[in-house]
Amino acid sequence: MKIVVAIKQVPARDSQLKIASSGKWIEEGDIAYEINEPDAYALEEALQLREKHGGEVVALCAAPDRAAQTIREALAKGADRAIHIEEEMGALDPLAAAKLLAAAIRTESPDLVLTGLQSDDLGYGQTGVILAELLGLPHGTIIMQVEKTDTGIKVKRELENGWFQHVEMPLPALLTIQSGISKLRYATLMGIKKAKSKEIKRLTAADLGGASASPVIALDRIYLPERTKRTQLFEGSPKEAAAQLVEKLKFEARVI
Amino acid sequence: MSILAVMEQRAGEWNRMSFETLSAAQQLAGELGTTVSAAVIGQGVSGLAGELASKKLEKVYAVEHDLLKDYTPDGYTAALRQLVEQVKPTLVLFPHTYQVRDFLPKLATALGKVAVSDVIAHRVNDGQLVLVRQLFQGKVNSDVRFIGEGPNFASLQAGAYRADQLAEGTASVETFAPSIAAGDIRIKPLELFRESQRAVDLGAAEIIVSVGRGIKEADNIPIVQQLADALGAELAASRPICDAGWLPMERQVGSSGQTVAPKMYLAVGISGAIQHLVGMKGSRTIVAINKDANAPIFEVADYGIVGDLFQVVPELIDALKKAR
Repeated sequence: MKIVVAIKQVPARDSQLKIASSGKWIEEGDIAYEINEPDAYALEEALQLREKHGGEVVALCAAPDRAAQTIREALAKGADRAIHIEEEMGALDPLAAAKLLAAAIRTESPDLVLTGLQSDDLGYGQTGVILAELLGLPHGTIIMQVEKTDTGIKVKRELENGWFQHVEMPLPALLTIQSGISKLRYATLMGIKKAKSKEIKRLTAADLGGASASPVIALDRIYLPERTKRTQLFEGSPKEAAAQLVEKLKFEARVI
Repeated sequence: MSILAVMEQRAGEWNRMSFETLSAAQQLAGELGTTVSAAVIGQGVSGLAGELASKKLEKVYAVEHDLLKDYTPDGYTAALRQLVEQVKPTLVLFPHTYQVRDFLPKLATALGKVAVSDVIAHRVNDGQLVLVRQLFQGKVNSDVRFIGEGPNFASLQAGAYRADQLAEGTASVETFAPSIAAGDIRIKPLELFRESQRAVDLGAAEIIVSVGRGIKEADNIPIVQQLADALGAELAASRPICDAGWLPMERQVGSSGQTVAPKMYLAVGISGAIQHLVGMKGSRTIVAINKDANAPIFEVADYGIVGDLFQVVPELIDALKKAR
């Protein structure tokens, strides 16, 4: 089974975010980046499928130079090779970004394309499904299990409120993977060593037919949310804060 | 210009979020000076469509086909694409459900559009619609605008609009029969199921202590268990804790777990990603303990302590014991 995994690099989870002076994005200068968490699970699932059924795992990442780190980690964990689209994708809307990814995936003709179900930065939760439509593939979203069958795959979709559904589909197909599908592996020392000699194909938007110049949605401004609710914050030492909180819970909220 | 609200049903039961979308559509129509129609998709949905005839709507479309009995992204996309091409709405609104997340990007892409997903609010500036959505797991908001003519697509976050403000009126019901061939549907949906009988009904708990990533490791869980015991509370968790197997899935609160509204919800080390907030923001009193003062959990909290949970929680247990 040949699998392409699209992974995204996002600001590390604990980053202190500051709005850039443009008002359109965050200040990127001091921020550390890491693999988008659901994409780490998509990569893990791809590696496990290859271990069971053989084949190849190709990691695909689109971002400027900084993505090299995330790509190296994917190779160290076990991806066979990688494609790095060296572009600043931030200015593109999800459709334009997916078009570049789709062009890169097409050249590989994979049996399966995996992505995380959403990104922790923009959070549109759409790239996988847009890719499926652009590539003409059947898809499943929010997947918690993948099994190969004689005719294709059987997957477990997560629904709301603790419900699940099994869905069958032929290959090639695209799946968006939910966090928690399995346990993430760490890169081994051997893996890190091997990663150095693995192939990374570098492409630009121009190599892929160019990025669309006409976005269909525009992100005008980002800002810190205004507090709609007034939170009473208790300060002082942990002991003092805890005592004030208990006082309020007992005599104001009357919940204890 | 006109608005189409796409309602969601499964096996003849409404997804109640649909009524929030319908209400939002009416509100937007008022502000933009236009009208709303609604659509319900499936097989044998004329009864459900009929229930909407008493709402203030231009029209109700019952989108009927045998191949729409069970949801598939291929079937729903084909049906809605044909409906949208015939009705020509400027704006099409959906509830941001798991099902909508599965097909809406496909529908929008097929029409060369991008859906604005998970919208929490809107404004109208000089007749132009601005949609507000969250970035970075709720830490930042953004204003998004459509460029170009409709049809444009958006999905609305659970709880962002109130379903109880629906305007009554009269609407005519029209059946729409899309043309779909069995071969168009590539995936085969099987039965819905639940993993196991739930031993824990968080919905019945009066007080819930819920734990998130801030707890750092499984060995630290007893700290919050002790807090739950001191309060006579049920212990719950955000998704990452259950994903890691530190607490069972049945204790998960959020969009993929249980939705709760206890008298008190005490969130410990939970930043408050949207997926978690939708599962607990209806709680009467919300308390948050988190080291990050900018964590979105403080957006919904009534009381909060910004601090290290490993220092705060033991003091809180102590203070609770003294208060008894």
